[in-house]
Parts: sequence; structure tokens; C-alpha cells
Amino acid sequence: MTTKRPVNLDIGTIKLPITAIVSILHRVSGVVLFGVVAILLWMLDISLSGPEGFDSIRDCLTSPVAKVILWASLAALAYHLVAGIRHLIMDMGIGESLEGGRLGAKLALVGAVILIILAGVWVW
Amino acid sequence: MVTNVTSFGRSGLSDWLVQRVSAVVLAAYTIFIVVYLLCNSDLTHAQWLALNQHIAMKMFSLAAVLSVAAHAWIGLWSVLTDYVTVRLMGPKATPLRIVLQLGMITVTLAYVVWAIDILWGI
Repeated sequence: MTTKRPVNLDIGTIKLPITAIVSILHRVSGVVLFGVVAILLWMLDISLSGPEGFDSIRDCLTSPVAKVILWASLAALAYHLVAGIRHLIMDMGIGESLEGGRLGAKLALVGAVILIILAGVWVW
Repeated sequence: MVTNVTSFGRSGLSDWLVQRVSAVVLAAYTIFIVVYLLCNSDLTHAQWLALNQHIAMKMFSLAAVLSVAAHAWIGLWSVLTDYVTVRLMGPKATPLRIVLQLGMITVTLAYVVWAIDILWGI
């Protein structure tokens, strides 16, 4: 097999329309969430270890650094959830046209921003 | 050509379906936990322990962590086989991708064991 075969979609150089931005953010948030799982399991472990552990997690979450980390984690989760729901809706055949795809991408971004702001209100 | 030897279900169709089923489980679990925490803002350790000791909750949490494992495996496989490629990075990409994939699989399996250890240790 020749290694000089033409490539029809060079993802290293193409421009990013809004649908591609929504897609790449879905991937970035997914990679981030893979690390967040470790934080969540650690919190679950300590919080269930006993009343002292539970209180230590509660105290830890009052620190500004912990709040920022928690909010960033919730932001990644909220974005990934909204973008994932968009995928499931498109799998049902809704919004598959070019215009439908763009509108869905805009709605996903708006929905995610609202949830991320609400998550910030919840954390602080 | 991208080899599929490290994909989750060894088939694109299988991975596609597993990714969606696990997504629905994780969405349900996320919404349940968020609503539970919002409704119990003065949550106590006893309440939290009782919830997580319930067999139905353990099953739900187990389903969620197994979904995380499958979902992350498929998702990270997609990302790694798209970006850590010979075309984008040169010949060192293949060994690097194998190392990253093995690391990802190791962490994923560790998450599953850790979660089971937590849930059945309380």
C-alpha cells in the first residue's frame, strides 16, 4: 500500500465552522471528564468513609481553589451532556441538514453556557 | 489505514451502539445525582451513606461506572486514533498511541475496581 494516497479530510489544517467547534469541545470536555472521574471517585470514597470524611469533603469544598476545580468539572460535564443529547437527537434524524446542524450547534452552545452559569451559582 | 484492534467492541457498529447506551445511563445517573444534591442541600453523612448502601443505588452506580469505562474507552480511542497518527506526527505516533491507549485502558480498569471497592466496602 502506498503511503502517498490522497487524504480527503486533513483534520490538521481544515477551518472550524460552528459545528466543528461544538464537536471539538465535546472531545476536549470528554478527555477532561476522564480525569474528573478520579476526583469524583476520591470524593465518593472519602465522603462514605465516615462522618469525619464526609465533613472533610464539605470543608474542602469551601476553599476557592476547590470551588474552581469543581466548577470546571461541572462545566465539562454540563457541556458534554448537552452536546451528547444533541448527538442522540440527530441520531433520531432531527436536525441533520446543514442548517439544522448549525442551529443545533448554536442551541447546544447556548444551553451549555446557561447550565455552566447555573453550576457556578450552585458552587458559590 | 487505522487498525481497529484496540477498539472496544472490535466493530464500529458495536462501538456506536455501546457509546449511546452508556451515554443514556450516564445522563440518567448525572441528572439523578444533581437533582438529589439540589433537593438535599443540608445532606448529612447518615443520609448519604443510607442512599449509597441501598442495593438499587449500588446497581445504578455500578451501571454508571461500567458505562464510564466503555464510554471513555470508545471516546478516547476515537480521539487517539484521530490525532496521534503517523500522518499528523510521523512514525513515532504508532508506539506513542499504543502506550497512551494501554495507559487509558489501565486507568479505566482501575476506576472500575476502585468504584466496586468503594461501593461494596460500605
